[in-house]
Parts: sequence; C-alpha cells; structure tokens
Amino acid sequence: MNLALSEEQRLLREAARGTLSRVPTVAAARAALDGEPTPDLWPAAREAGWPGLLIAEQRGGAGLGAFDAMLVMEESGRVLADPLLLGHLPASGLLDAAAGAQTPALEALATGEQRAAYLPVRPPDDVQAQWSVDPHEGLRRGGAPSLSGRGTEARVSGRLSWVPGAPGADLLVGVAIDADGKPAAIAVEGAARGASVKPVMRYDATRSLGHVELTDAPATVLDAPAGEAAAAWFLAQALLAAESVGAVQTALDVSVAYAQERHTFGRPIGSYQAIKHGLTEVLRRLENARSLLYYAAWARQDAPDEFPLAASAARSAAGRALDFAAREMISVHGGIGATWEHDAPLYFRRAQLSRRLIGGTADASERVAAAMLARADASGSQPPADEQAGTGEAHPAEAAQTV
Amino acid sequence: MDLNDTPEQAEYRATVREWLERHRAEAPVLEGPEAITDEQELIAARRAWQGKLAEGGLAGVAWPREYGGQGRGPIEQVIVNQEIGRAGVPGILDAIGVGMLGPTIMAHGSEEHKARYLGPMLHGDEVWCQLFSEPAAGSDLAAVQARARQQEDGSWRLSGQKVWTTNAQIASFGLLLARTDPDLPKHNGLTMFIVPMDAEGVTVRGLRQISGEAEFNEVFFDDVPLSAEAPVGPVGGGWRTALTTLMFERVTIGLGSEGLGYRADRFAAAIASDPDARRDPEVRRRLGELASELLAVRFTGYRTLTALQQGQTPGPESALAKVTLVNAAIEAGELVADVRGPEALGEGPWSYMISFLPGLKSAGGSEEILRNTVGERVLGLPPEPRLDKGIPFSELRARERQAAGEAEPATATQGNGAGAGAGDAASGARA
Repeated sequence: MNLALSEEQRLLREAARGTLSRVPTVAAARAALDGEPTPDLWPAAREAGWPGLLIAEQRGGAGLGAFDAMLVMEESGRVLADPLLLGHLPASGLLDAAAGAQTPALEALATGEQRAAYLPVRPPDDVQAQWSVDPHEGLRRGGAPSLSGRGTEARVSGRLSWVPGAPGADLLVGVAIDADGKPAAIAVEGAARGASVKPVMRYDATRSLGHVELTDAPATVLDAPAGEAAAAWFLAQALLAAESVGAVQTALDVSVAYAQERHTFGRPIGSYQAIKHGLTEVLRRLENARSLLYYAAWARQDAPDEFPLAASAARSAAGRALDFAAREMISVHGGIGATWEHDAPLYFRRAQLSRRLIGGTADASERVAAAMLARADASGSQPPADEQAGTGEAHPAEAAQTV
Repeated sequence: MDLNDTPEQAEYRATVREWLERHRAEAPVLEGPEAITDEQELIAARRAWQGKLAEGGLAGVAWPREYGGQGRGPIEQVIVNQEIGRAGVPGILDAIGVGMLGPTIMAHGSEEHKARYLGPMLHGDEVWCQLFSEPAAGSDLAAVQARARQQEDGSWRLSGQKVWTTNAQIASFGLLLARTDPDLPKHNGLTMFIVPMDAEGVTVRGLRQISGEAEFNEVFFDDVPLSAEAPVGPVGGGWRTALTTLMFERVTIGLGSEGLGYRADRFAAAIASDPDARRDPEVRRRLGELASELLAVRFTGYRTLTALQQGQTPGPESALAKVTLVNAAIEAGELVADVRGPEALGEGPWSYMISFLPGLKSAGGSEEILRNTVGERVLGLPPEPRLDKGIPFSELRARERQAAGEAEPATATQGNGAGAGAGDAASGARA
C-alpha cells in the first residue's frame, strides 16, 4: 500500500502552483464581479501541458491519470482559478477512451489548440432510471439529448443548462440517447449548425458557464468502451471535488493566520475554543475529502466498479466541506469577512455555485447511498464482512480490528 | 499510488490466510446459536485463542522478535487484522496490552520487565489493563491524584482510584500512572507503575453504562504494596511514559477503528429491505453523507499507514478520524432508528450501538480535548492560557478555587447550573 504522491506528482503540483501564481486570480475574481473581463488561463494551461493530461501519449497527450488531473484542479481551487479544465478533462478523457478512426483530432485537443467541454448527462441509478440533465431551474431533471441517424447522418438534439466551459469550446462531448433508448457517447462541434451556446454568469464570476442548445446538430458517435460515458460524469464529480478541496485549504490557511494574529480581550482569538474547534472542524472535513480523492483516484485506476461510489463520496464530502469552510472563513474574520474587499466572500461565492453544478452536492450524496444500497442488495442477508472473497490480491478490507 | 499488495505482502497474506483456514475451527464462537454465553468460559476460550494466534505468529506482528513478535511492520499487522476479519474469527483478547502497553514497556521498561511480562502478555496468559484516567483526571490526564509513596526499603504504597478501565476484571496486571511528588508541577511529579491486580487492597467494580452493560470498571487502590521494581521508566518521568502509550493508542485507533463494525454497508443493509425508505431522498442523503464519512475514515487509515510505512509517526491529526467515526456512527444510529421506529430500540445490536456511542465520544480523549490538541499542534493555533503551568500540584487546588472566585460575577445571585461546582469552590476560597 502506498498513498503517497510520487516524485512526478509532487513536481506536477509545484509546477501548477507556479503557473497559477503568475496571474492574480483572486483579485481578478473580485474585479470580474464588477464587470472586468476574467483572465484567460487557457494559454497558461496549454503551456503547462494540462489540456493533454488525460490523452494518451501516442495521441500527443501526457497519458496521466485521474489523480494527476485532480492535483491540478486542487491547485486551481486554491486560488479560485478556472483554467477551463472542469469541462475539458472529462471531455478529452472520454474522447481518448473512444479513440478510433472517427474520433475528432485528439492531437489538437492535447496541445490545447482546440478545447473541449463536457456536456454533463447524469447516468441512471435505482431511483432515476433514465439518463438526465440538470434542470434549467427547479427540481425536475430534464431528459438527456437524443440521437438520431447514423454515421455522417448522426444528429443530436437537446438542451443542457449550466455547462462548465461551454462558451468558446471547439467541441462539446457527452451522452445522447439513441432511438433504441441506448446511451451513446457523442461529440458535437461547438460551431456546428444547430449548436448554440449562450454564456451565463452566476454569482461566481470566475466560472465559465453556458447554456447549450442542440437542434439536429451534426454529431460524431464515439466508440467508447462500456461504462466510459458514465465514468465521464463521475470524473467530473471527482475533479470538482478536488477543486473544492483546494479552495477549502486556502479558506483554512487564511482563517488560521487571522486567528493567530487577531486579538480580543488580550488573547489571540485562535486560543478560544469556539474558534479553534470551528477551524479544527474545517480541517477534519478537509482531510476527509482529501482521503476520498485518493479513493476516487485509486478506484478510477484499479477498481472501476467502485469509481461511481468513490467519486460521489468525494464530491459529497468536498462540497459540504467547502460550504462549511467558506462560512467559517467569514465568521472567523468577523464583519470584515463579509465585505467586498475581503477574499472570504469570493470563496463563499465559489462554494455556493460549485455545490449546485453537475448534479449538485446533494445528488452526489444520494449517489453514494445508491451505491451502498446496491452493495447491500448484492450481499443479500450475508454478513458483509466477506466482500473480498475470491480476490486473492486483496485490496485492503474493512475488517481491520486492532493492532 | 497503490492499494494492492506487493508480491511479498501477497505471499504473507496467503500464509496468514492458510493458517487461519487450518485453525478457524479452534476459534471461540461469539455469535449465533453456537455462541459461548458463559462469561468465564468465553474469556478462557478467547485467552486460549490469543495463545494460538501468538504461536501462529498472528499476534504481536509488529513486535520485535526478541519479545516473541514477528518483527514485521504495520502493513503486515493490518493484513493480519484483515484476514482475521475475513475468516470471521475473533482477534486477540488483549488488544490494549499487545497494542499499547506492551510497546510502552518495550520503550521504557527495564530488561527484567521485558523478560517477565511481555511473553505472557502476548500469549494471553496474563491480560493487562490501562490505569490512567481518574474521576478528576480525564482530559486533563496529568491531574491524576492516585498517590504512590516510596517506603524506607525502596518499595511503594499506592492509594487512589482509577476509572474507565477495560478488562480490569480479568487483568493480571495494570499499567498505572500515579503521583509520586505533589510538590512538583503536575507533569513532573508522575511515575508509571506495573500493578499486580491481585495485590492486597485492589478492588475492581463494574461500571454499568447506558446500555445496562458494564464495559468498563472502576478500580480502587487502598494502600496497595508495590515492589521497588514496579516503576516503568524513571521515577518522576511518568508523563513521558504516558505519552508513549497515548501515541500507540492513536495508532491503534487509527488503524483499527473499523473493527468496531461501524461500516456503511452494514447501515445500508438495515435500510435496503424497506422499499419506501430506500427511495426517500432525505434517507438517501443522510445515508450518503454518513457513508462518505465512513469511507473517508478508511482511506484516512490508509494514509496513516502510508506514513507509518515511510517511518513517520502519525500525528494528532489521526485523532480526527476517531471524531469522524463516532459522529458518523451516531448519525447512522439516528437514521436506522428513524427508519425502523421504536422497533430499532428493542433488544439487539441497534439499541446497543445507540447506547454505546454517546460514551465513545469521550473515549480515547474527549472530542473537545482532541480538537484542542489538533488545533494547537496541527493548525498551530495558540493554546488557551493555563493556570497550572509551573505550579506545584499541591497548590493547584487552592489556585483553582481562587480563579473560580474571581470569575464569579459579583452581582450573580441566582443559582445557575454552571455555578453548582464553581460556586462551592468559590465560597470555599473565600472562607
């Protein structure tokens, strides 16, 4: 067992921190709320090689894994950057998994000459039996895009709201349901006839979002291995979780620093248990979410059956952690933490919007329940202790007793 | 990143599994119709089973070979724990001795201590208990009042009371923290002792808890004679010895907390059979959230293990895993009881769990003290001002009374709840 970062991963993280430090992203997040343009981080992402993270080396990418992608997302989250990877990475990962004759140019996506966005279509579970999309407003989920025709005649129609990175994307990648009711991975050119993207900004100006309308838009049907279309959804969950973890870390660091220097009644406020325990709670939630990132990354690589559970658990924990951390950050700073000049409101804004994208944090929690209930069904009345039976190469069981 | 066994670990796992398959019929049965119900018989069977595990190399896996262990690492210990769980047989009876007290004796005890006590401890021939906490010394452990006085001939006499003592009723020995010099500041005047539980003047009394069961004991010491060789580590150096035990306690909890059986799949199974509950969004959200927390505990454990494997000592942050575990299990008890109604509160595992958890919040360091420790040592937040630094222990009580008197508002006339103890102390100080 080894959950430590490799030397390469440490370097990747350091490089990401360096790249992102060259742009004052947090100040830009505030200015953007006042109408200033957000900095375009795509050139920096290209220079750093991030567009090709999940594309195989023989197709011009770096051939790295989910954990590496999550490390970069975590660094983005720390400084409230949006290098447009939340859409590009699941999309390019799905395209790479489907790599074949019909696959749109992966080399251009790997270098970042082209950018893709992921159309989030939620895979079914025991309660919601159909693939579905996030509602434009309200609780009722929409139907997945539909696919008609074959080959060069393939067309996709549908409406997707709040799609990360959609404005300006060269390629829109997701799932559509064919005439037989079967899901198919599809790619649509952003500039295609019948495809329109309306940029939207809500509450957190750092986040590129768009409403996508597809009307008989020409599409490429991708030959993706079974499960990869669903895996793209869960990868997006894991990436958003990683980005949130980064934001929680900053919220904690800034709050701790303030609690050490701010004095009341002759003492630093961090010496009071009310403050100390609140910040320790942020740390607890942070470490839990971080542990689940490891779970998600491991599952993506070595236990694909567990990836939906692991990624959803990470999203659930990280989303709730960010909400708690952002509120705590404001509280610890007192009134000043709720002013426009302070950074805390920017993290709060990030928390508010992030928790409601790509299914939302609550849906991720329910997804965890779905996976646990499915496990319970599978084991029937059997005591669940024996879930690894038959796997000689056991991954760690839950049955650890005491040392 | 890798969670799979290396070839060597896989080979070791196979060996362990093979041993367990060969011997599982000899293990005592704890559940089901065949279960041993007689307490004495059960203890005897579990001791014998610990002895077999030790002979097979499945107890004290991380203990050095010279003390009868296997000289392996924490990973191998976890592999053994996992395989014992998989085989559905009980683990060792004396996890406290083998996991925490034995390693403390190895670190601080004399050669004679190690030669005399470690072997029988490992084999379950002599069970041990941890005699640290007292009625007035829990979170503030260094406030222990149990008093050991050295005699002319170098031997000791011990008087006082300990509490929350697991296994005291079956223990042959206890590791006890006592005050040996009350005129020193409180952390300096402590000494660790080995106490024979059959010594004259030792009384063990079961302490019934919410469930009605007595998991713990209180232990009274009335002028108990101890030999000159009883101290473990230097006289006056007891605090350092205690910290060693507490460090091993953290490791034990960090690596083994799932052994309590608080597992998400078990809670899901309690809900899965109810078709309405399992489709209810509120139930699903609650189950999903607590399951995420429990999964996080497991992977935090693997991170701890990675740190151990790299030769690092797990810090106080692993204490947060215990906070998560207990609170997630409390949530699970709430959820199961909400779904099943009063039926869940009948005789059975759910009501037992629901009863057990409120106390577990304070076990192994109360949640509040753990958060203090983590806040100060991990986050680097400033400590609370303390009234007990550098003050002889014998003067502390008077100071505490004085402080309570100062803190009491002069105009306070109504008898509020918080004032009960403090008020008494304050009037005492003024008198």
